[in-house]
Amino acid sequence: MSSGFWSMGGYARYVWPCFGFAGVVLGWNLWSARRVVAAARLRARRALEMALAEDASR
Amino acid sequence: MTVGSWEAFVLIVRRELVLSFRRPEQLLQPLVFFLIVTTLFPLGLSLQLSLLRDISPGVLWTAALLSSLLSLDALFKSDADDGTLEQLSLSGQSLTLIVVAKTCAHWLVSGAALVVVSPIVATALGIPVAAFATMMLSLALGTVTLSWLGAIGAGLTIGLRRGNVLLSLIVLPLATPLLIFGAAATERAISGSSAVGAMYFLASVCVFTCTLAPLAATAALRITLE
Amino acid sequence: MWTWFYKLASPPHVFRVAAAFVPWLLGVAALALGYGLIDGLAIAPLDYQQGDAFRMIYVHVPSAILSLTVYTVMAAASAVALIWRIKVGHAVAAASAPIGASFTLAALVTGSLWGRPMWGTYWAWDPRLTSELILLFLYVGVMSLRSAFEDPARGDRAAALLAVVGVVNVPIVHFSVVWWNSLHQGATVVRLGAPKMPGSMLWPLLAMWLGFMLFYGAVLCMRLQGELLNRERQALWVREAIKS
Repeated sequence: MSSGFWSMGGYARYVWPCFGFAGVVLGWNLWSARRVVAAARLRARRALEMALAEDASR
Repeated sequence: MTVGSWEAFVLIVRRELVLSFRRPEQLLQPLVFFLIVTTLFPLGLSLQLSLLRDISPGVLWTAALLSSLLSLDALFKSDADDGTLEQLSLSGQSLTLIVVAKTCAHWLVSGAALVVVSPIVATALGIPVAAFATMMLSLALGTVTLSWLGAIGAGLTIGLRRGNVLLSLIVLPLATPLLIFGAAATERAISGSSAVGAMYFLASVCVFTCTLAPLAATAALRITLE
Repeated sequence: MWTWFYKLASPPHVFRVAAAFVPWLLGVAALALGYGLIDGLAIAPLDYQQGDAFRMIYVHVPSAILSLTVYTVMAAASAVALIWRIKVGHAVAAASAPIGASFTLAALVTGSLWGRPMWGTYWAWDPRLTSELILLFLYVGVMSLRSAFEDPARGDRAAALLAVVGVVNVPIVHFSVVWWNSLHQGATVVRLGAPKMPGSMLWPLLAMWLGFMLFYGAVLCMRLQGELLNRERQALWVREAIKS
């Protein structure tokens, strides 16, 4: 039964890369979204610091 | 002096035609490109003329598509550069009317010219004369649709750096049905069977595009001109 | 009664709501995907024609459905943004585009891997596959157009118009198997009438579909936060939001 599962009736070399690619796409989505939010926060923080520095120097 | 809508339409078309013919080389470039690209395929594939006929519909249509793309960039560019486009938009005439006039004029000097030149190219590709009528009609419908798709794309990409690459990226995916059915219609005509189905499809796509594209192109211009 | 709806036009409100939804959406998505994968890979019975290869349906079909759904959401949000000038619409569209493109790519690749054992070829120029490929090009076009403008507001509007124009491809992809002779099989689930699949095979598919949908919702909410922060960098609410 377990060997049958991994071999997928002989189609293993299609089925597993297939699920693997889908997993990669889902994983990329999570990773990329995290990066986008982090970068946006960083830019907003920098803009805030620059604005505060401007106010302070005036 | 107020100008009626029809008079404005005729005025703009006349202006476009006069400006285009002042630089005849500009008109000829896409046509020459059409001829050159078409010759690249048989040279690259080194086929006998009889075998060439098999791929000729696709080659013809691909070359027509690519050479149409060349001329699309010029639809709004020069008017946008010297401010004429803004003046036209402020003129009080409907911007949609202006867009329709410019696109019609553009098709007359690019798409229509392509249709007229196509028999020469078709002969070079080994397409039999009996198929010419269907081929030219399909090209006519296809180039009209393409001019309108191009108007939307050109309206969106005026003044962008490498705007013509982006223009191609936008227009080509939308134009693939034209390629598929135009080539199919020509193929059927060559083999002698009825091309009616493909022609109906081309015609319906053309009508659909002519109805809705003016609105989209006007909206695109408004976005760019704001 | 409708205030919850009107508040969706407010960037700070949407930012807070999106941030709150992410963990819930991810959690339920994980449950749905987990159940779907276990049931689909191990428990669902063999297909009499395709054997174990049919199990690829459990990632291929949800990816494909999502690729169309996300484009529709993107086009709808773009239309809302263009017509009523609601900037949150642009943020939703911008956030959805890369997600939808990735799902389209997933649909094409998983479909290709499924096609090889079933049809004998990794690719065929049939209407369904071709129009799905065009969908990918449209996504790329929308993303490229948005980033080509120096003025982000103008880029948003141009990309929004292109998204709306391209939505005509969505029904073409869906109905391509009905309108033309296609190698690809016809609609089994998203159709009028009962699904053409036995329950034991259908339930994991529905679970995967739900899981993918919720996953899209979660990632959308994540990206949406980033998009809103970028678009509203100067606003006061942003200062409060990043302090937390």
